Order: sequence, then C-alpha cells, then structure tokens
Amino acid sequence: MRVCLLDIAHARSGDKGDTANVGVIALKPEWYPVLSKHLTLDRVRDHFRGVITGGVERYELPNLKALNFLLHGALDGGGTLSLKTDAQGKVFSTAMLRLVLEVPDTDAKGLGLPVTAHWPVDSEAPKA
Amino acid sequence: MTVSSKDRSIVRVASGQGFWGDWLEAPRRQVEGGDVDYLMLDYLAEVTMSILQKQKERDPNMGYARDFVGAIESVLPAVAKRGVRVIANAGGVNPPACAAAIKAVAAKHGVSSDVRIGVITGDDLLPRLDELIGGGHALANMDTGEPLSTVRDRVLSANAYIGSVPIVEALKQNANIVITGRSTDTALTMAPLRYEFGWAADDWDRLAAGIIAGHIIECGAQCSGGNCLYDWQTIPDLANVGYPIVEAKADGTFVVTKHPNTGGRVSIPSVTEQLVYEMGDPNSYITPDVVADFTSIQLAADGENRVRVFGIKGRPATDKLKVSIAYRAGFKAVGTLVYSWPDALPKAQLADRVLRERLDNLGLEFDAIVTEFVGVSATHGPLAGEAHDPPEVQLRFGVRGPDKASVERFTRELAPLVLNGPPSVTGFAGGRPKVEEIVAYWPALIDKTVVQTKVEVLP
Repeated sequence: MRVCLLDIAHARSGDKGDTANVGVIALKPEWYPVLSKHLTLDRVRDHFRGVITGGVERYELPNLKALNFLLHGALDGGGTLSLKTDAQGKVFSTAMLRLVLEVPDTDAKGLGLPVTAHWPVDSEAPKA
Repeated sequence: MTVSSKDRSIVRVASGQGFWGDWLEAPRRQVEGGDVDYLMLDYLAEVTMSILQKQKERDPNMGYARDFVGAIESVLPAVAKRGVRVIANAGGVNPPACAAAIKAVAAKHGVSSDVRIGVITGDDLLPRLDELIGGGHALANMDTGEPLSTVRDRVLSANAYIGSVPIVEALKQNANIVITGRSTDTALTMAPLRYEFGWAADDWDRLAAGIIAGHIIECGAQCSGGNCLYDWQTIPDLANVGYPIVEAKADGTFVVTKHPNTGGRVSIPSVTEQLVYEMGDPNSYITPDVVADFTSIQLAADGENRVRVFGIKGRPATDKLKVSIAYRAGFKAVGTLVYSWPDALPKAQLADRVLRERLDNLGLEFDAIVTEFVGVSATHGPLAGEAHDPPEVQLRFGVRGPDKASVERFTRELAPLVLNGPPSVTGFAGGRPKVEEIVAYWPALIDKTVVQTKVEVLP
C-alpha cells in the first residue's frame, strides 16, 4: 500500500549553516519500523532532488522512534546569507511529510496504517 | 544576603527566554507561577554576536542583550528576596557592561545588597585573533576548510563557545545573577545542576543528562506546545503558554514540565520534536563539557504535562572548542509585489522574467538572484505541485552580491513594474526594499587550552 508520511509521522526541522535537519517521528511507536525500513536515504534524496544542492545523511534514533536527516545545500547559503523565505529551514519538516512511501502489504499487516484521504500532490493520488 | 547552596533532592531550572526577541512576559511568569530554583535565559543566536559587536563599536558601554535588563527588573523580587538565581548568556560581547547595567537596576530598586553578579569573560577572541593566526591556529571554516586568513580583514566578532566550568565557579562564589558571553545554550542549564549535585568533571553520563536537559528547554516554549506539529489543533491556551521547567535529580534523571494553570502541552511528542531540533549526528552531540549520545535518551509519561527523561549516556569531551566568527560578506535586498486572480501566477512569473531582463540589461551582476512565488512554491518548491489559479501570489525577489551600488540599483527596479509590467499588481506600499549588509557566520575549532575564562563576582 502507499502511505503518505504525513499520516504516520510528525516532524521538526532546523538549520546548521547551509544544512537543514529534519527529524521524522513516528505518530505511533509501532509504526517506527515502517519508517526505519522504508524511509531510506535514497527515498529522501529522490524526494528533495531539485530542492537541495548537496547530499543527504540519515541517522536512526530507535529510542525516540525517530529518524534524523541532514539535507546539505538546502538553504541558499543559510543564516544571514540566504535570500529564501525559509532561510533557517523551519518548514522542511512539512516538505518531508509530503513524501509517499510504498509499504508492502506484508510490512503493513496488523499495523493499522491509515488510508490516506487526501494526497499532498495530486499526481501522487491513486488513479481512479 | 548570602546565597548558599541548599541541600536539595530536586533542582528546578526554568527556561524564560529561548532567543533574543522571545516573549517578554516569560521570565516573570516563570518565577511567579510556582517554585523554581534557577531561571535560565538564552539570548544568543549565531549572528547575534556580530550585531552586538557593531553596537559596541559605536558605544563601548553597549554590546549586550538589552532585553535582559528588563527581564531582571521583572524578576528582581524573586532574585533578591526568594533566592531564585538567574543564569544568562546576555553578556554578548560585553559582559562587564551588562553587569554594570544590572547593578544599576538593583540600586534603583534598593536591593543592591541582595544581588551578587557573576561575570564571565574570556570567550572573546577578537582582540587575540592575529596572535592566534600567527601562532598557527588557522581557524579553518568547519564547512569549507578555508583558513580564516582569507576573510581576516572582514571579521567583526570571534567568540569561543564556553562550557559549564566558569558558571559553576560563579555559583560557588555565591553569585545569584550569572552573566556570560558566548556560553553554549546548554551549559546555562547544565551548570546549575552540576553545581548543586556536585557532578565530577568526568561524570560523563550525568553531564550529558544536564546537556540534554538544556537542549530540551533552551528554545523556551518550543518543547511545551509552541511550534508543535503533533496534534497542534488540540494544544490548549497558547496565549498563556507555559515555558518549560526541568526538575532534576542527582542521578541525572529529570522531568520536563511547566507551571500549573498555564497553556501549551508537555508530552512525549512535544519533547521529542524539540530533541530532534537542530540535530546533527545524534550519536555525538559535542559540547565543551561532554559528548552526549541522543540515541540513549529514554522518555516516559509521568502524569499530566510531565515527561520523565532517563538512561542518558555521555562520553569524554574533545580537546577543542567551537568558535563562532562573524564577517562582512557583501550586501543583499529582498522586495515583494502581490499579483491577484485571475492568472496570478503567470502574471508574477512574467514580472520575474521582465525584472531579470532589466537587471541584465543594466549590466548588474550578483552572486545570487532568488525568486519565490509566495502562495505557490516559496516554502516547499516543486514538492508543492501545481497551483490551481490561487486568489493571489506574492512575487518575492532577492539579490545578493559584493557591490553595494548594484544591490541599491536593484531596489529601484521593483516599483516601476507596478505601472510598466504585468497587470493586477498591488502590495507595494512598504516602499523600496532595504539594502542590508550581510554578516555571515564562520564556524571554526580551536584548542581548548588557548581559551582562558575568567570569573569575577562583583561585590
């Protein structure tokens, strides 16, 4: 099944220079394995292609049911240099939550993952 | 009055300010809303030091966070009569001047004899910069590797991030208001715990616990319901949001909470969101005192608006200190215009093309030109997908470059578009964009042994 990250996680983001960090936290502890298995480095790199200019790092915090991503080259130089509205990366959190995961039915079984009602981008919605 | 260390099984540190510009009401509400032992006020962001340095150049009695004077005035009865002690990095680039201002406030209210101000200096490396570079300290940029010598003539401020040691020393000398310069945000919370519980300099797990307590409350209400995405619709009474309080024990465990009868919410999700805020590698959160491991943190619900934090592990500190350097890096200006339905986006896009062509025709060169369409793609870029003829779109156009005249010329090009560009445009009442000098941040490392802090408690 396809699951929008918004429906299974919450997030907060911030900055360090030209890098935005996004912490992604499972809405329910039992959903963390879905994040740790399917919210991969490659998946996040693809999601932010064309949005950031640098690489991505990924860290796991199973104790907090959270993943931390560092998005390099995300802030047009960052801090005072940046000309962007979001110079400090405050809303990369919600940009991350637009991501749609492919979760095999075997991994989704018994977890009660929510069926997404509205898709963050129309093109992501299942075809009727 | 002499403030002495009491025998306490629980020490309460309240956060009253998460940055310079935070809620002016918060410090007073924190000392009046219930029992607290310490009030922690964090004023310094990465670029704040350079702003303060500019102020000090104009007036040698300035260069500190002036909001702190008002904050102290609002909590003075609690400090002078009830034994609440204040720790703040409000000193900026001029802790002695900040202390003098606080002394004057205490005198004005007739409580001079009840206030003992601890002043910590030694973090300011600006006067020693050439000596340090000459002595082989490259102060290379941690992001780019470039040596500081490439921008030496444009450096405005240089301060080492200092840890808990001098703050603990000031508390030992009975200071009840401790003023630091560029202390780390987290040390402001860890230091009183270390002092009260007598944690040793190599008690890595407990020092790390103090640092993580500091990280949780250093951004004020951002861990107690502010900017909280989780269930944000149900977070009660943000108008009276309670700022966070750490209730710590000697074993390094602590509870995050807030005063009763305040708004907001302290929950596992609210604390977790703050824990991951501005997080790098969670295995190694490096501070002057200890390297904290965020993957060791355990959280448990402990009643309404209470989260217990335990299990924290730490490792020995490194032999370096981080240095925050600010330097002049050119000029920038950002201007906006608003286009209305129908076809708001294509109109704004046409205005963008026209503007770029005119800047090009003028021969103006910039390091960067950034266009955003607010209402469509400013915050999420292409991730936001197609816009469906929104009611309005704000064109936001910014330029950056080394030449001030070019940036100034750009600011004259926006208003003409109102009459000689695409139609249905408004929102220009704010006038021409302002040209700003860019003060950029240069993070570096330096050997710990080079930095000598000094503690002075004013009589």
